[in-house]
Amino acid sequence: MSVIILLLLVSTSVAGLFLLGFIHAVRRGQFDDDRSPAVRILHEDDPRQTKTP
Amino acid sequence: MTERFRYDNRIAKDFLFITIFWGAVGMLVGLIAALELVIPDLNFAKWISFGRIRPLHTNAVIFAFVGNAFFAGAYYSMQRLLKTRMYSDVLSRIHFWGWQLIILSAAITLPLGMTQGKEYAELEWPIDIAITIVWVVFGINMMGTILKRRERHLYVAIWFYIATWVTVAMLHIFNSLAIPASLFKSYSVYAGVQDALVQWWYGHNAVAFFLTTPFLGLMYYFLPKAANRPVYSYKLSIIHFWSLIFIYIWAGPHHLLYSALPEWAQSLGVVFSVMLIAPSWGGMLNGLLTLRGAWDRVREDPVLKFFVVAVTCYGMATLEGPLLSIKSINAIAHYTDWIVAHVHIGGIGWNGFLTFGMVYWMVPRLFGNKLYSTKLANAHFWLGTLGIIFYAVPLYFAGFFQSLMWQQFTPDGFLVYKNFLDTLLEIKYAYWLRAMGGTIYLVGVFIMVYNVVKTVKAGRLIADEDAEAAALEKLDKEPGGHWHTWIERRPVQMLVWSLVAVAIGGAIEMIPTFLVKSNVPTISSVKPYTPLELQGRDIYVREGCYTCHSQMIRPFRGETERYGEYSKAGEYVYDHPFQWGSKRTGPDLHRVGGKYPDSWHYYHMWDPTTMSPGSLMPAYPALFQDALDTTTTRRKIEAMITLGVPYEKEYGADFPLRANAHLVEQSRKIAANLKGAGVETPIDMEIVALIAYLQRMGTDIKAAPASTTAAK
Repeated sequence: MSVIILLLLVSTSVAGLFLLGFIHAVRRGQFDDDRSPAVRILHEDDPRQTKTP
Repeated sequence: MTERFRYDNRIAKDFLFITIFWGAVGMLVGLIAALELVIPDLNFAKWISFGRIRPLHTNAVIFAFVGNAFFAGAYYSMQRLLKTRMYSDVLSRIHFWGWQLIILSAAITLPLGMTQGKEYAELEWPIDIAITIVWVVFGINMMGTILKRRERHLYVAIWFYIATWVTVAMLHIFNSLAIPASLFKSYSVYAGVQDALVQWWYGHNAVAFFLTTPFLGLMYYFLPKAANRPVYSYKLSIIHFWSLIFIYIWAGPHHLLYSALPEWAQSLGVVFSVMLIAPSWGGMLNGLLTLRGAWDRVREDPVLKFFVVAVTCYGMATLEGPLLSIKSINAIAHYTDWIVAHVHIGGIGWNGFLTFGMVYWMVPRLFGNKLYSTKLANAHFWLGTLGIIFYAVPLYFAGFFQSLMWQQFTPDGFLVYKNFLDTLLEIKYAYWLRAMGGTIYLVGVFIMVYNVVKTVKAGRLIADEDAEAAALEKLDKEPGGHWHTWIERRPVQMLVWSLVAVAIGGAIEMIPTFLVKSNVPTISSVKPYTPLELQGRDIYVREGCYTCHSQMIRPFRGETERYGEYSKAGEYVYDHPFQWGSKRTGPDLHRVGGKYPDSWHYYHMWDPTTMSPGSLMPAYPALFQDALDTTTTRRKIEAMITLGVPYEKEYGADFPLRANAHLVEQSRKIAANLKGAGVETPIDMEIVALIAYLQRMGTDIKAAPASTTAAK
């Protein structure tokens, strides 16, 4: 079953990659605000609708 | 400073239209396959026989329908979430046309019987390479867009898209590793149990990262947009994402319960599969609760209706998944139509309905007008829902009851249903109902096509949509003495180094894997296939026999009574690829070798009903008209030697050159056997090779007392 080691290694590497991404994202403050991003996607950014220049 | 830019709507439109087209085609092929199961005469030409059409259906709906739908939604939402146009219009075009060419080549090669014989990974090696290239193009385009974004925060949907890209790349590459024997024939580098494990690691994660994570990303964008309210809990969505991707990767072995896979690997798969319920249901509830206080709108808006049923189906499928991973439930459901029903709840419920909702939402916005008819969209919704019910419910019943029939004994200890066919004919009604459900569902799709055409004709494509957003200011360098801050400041650098690390790790592990002898307990009496048997096996793979027949007898009394000795891992060491199958529409074939005379197989392949009255199996008259292509024998044997099959040890170093002589000799024996039974046949027909393979299957361990040694 040597192939399972390969699979574990590959899967672990990818999981590790995601973990690095997660730590990186947390440290960059990606998840500091867990409210406004959900609201912000609802705002359209059509220039015709913006009031302020 | 506010910057003005334009969104590329054309690419989203192209992907959306082609999604609808391939969706209709893929589902139509599925319907044909469903009808072939009840009307065997529909298998009138070898190009459309069930074994070739079924992979065409699965590939079309997964990679053409769901794949293009993901791209359509991703190209639309990514630009808006990141407040920028796509990184490169050229890459977008290459991605679009490259992907469509791949699908086209699949639509041509699969009916021609060019297949690697691994479910959902059937496409041959040149197409696999093309997929890799196009996938990388998509990845560069996506990462480039993320890097030039005007929005600091990455919305949760983007994370789902990234995870999809990374994981699918890894799965595709590792599962598709193969040694080519010719331009359109290759052998998996893994054999037997190992091939099975890699395949289902891929197969399960294809469900996870091709059918689930991309669509969860789409859900987190399109559902709040359509409801015009924020997602119920953004915090929960972040937890959903990270927990889901860390747990999903390990669940694959639940496809191999009670098989010859080592017990501990099976248990690992079960544990993670059961754990999956938590993130899955967290995400499902998050989607549904987004509509709290807006349920009155669900009554009126077809888009929301589609989304509600889609998310509900996601919830049903992800409840069922962990349940089916529990060994005692799996023992009943595995190999039956229960699984077919389960995947279609996911496929036509979750993926299909989310796509339809997205279509009805995007088309009017891309064409600057209103949907042509809400009534027709509602009709589509109800037909689709009815279709799902008619499709799935009969198959759930059928699967459950057929499985019970397989295991049913009389008080004296004999099988009640000695003949497998009897259990199949008992559930034939469900196959009719399923085909009916599929038809209803497909009618709904054609109504959508009409609605979309009308909407598009009344509007005009907004190819480049104006938008504006503030430019992203550079963050001040963070203070901090951590050793890894240098790498964290540079996302690209981090990505590159991570990939290098993965590649080195992978290489270190792979090289010994292929050099060191496998430690599957080898059974000394198991020998490589003869050249004729190998050719016959390739015909078995080509005709997609694995779509209806398994080659894995589980250690249950009901199975050993019916088929014979249960299957051992060591019996498959020369099987490139493994052919365990995942569904028994016909009986298991692992011990079919020697069970019937050659002439039985001869008549049976010519017309199955002569040997099994009422059989639903297609006839294979082409095998009696087409001569076996023996020009490939040498290359095939050489490829097998490269993979470590000990032909040279068994037959001598010059065996590839002598392989065809050996093949002819064995063909003569079979022809003589047939002649003894009153059948005259030319020795060079494909049927002879297939009979040779069928008669060899599972016989090796009978040859000598099973002496198992665990080689390192």
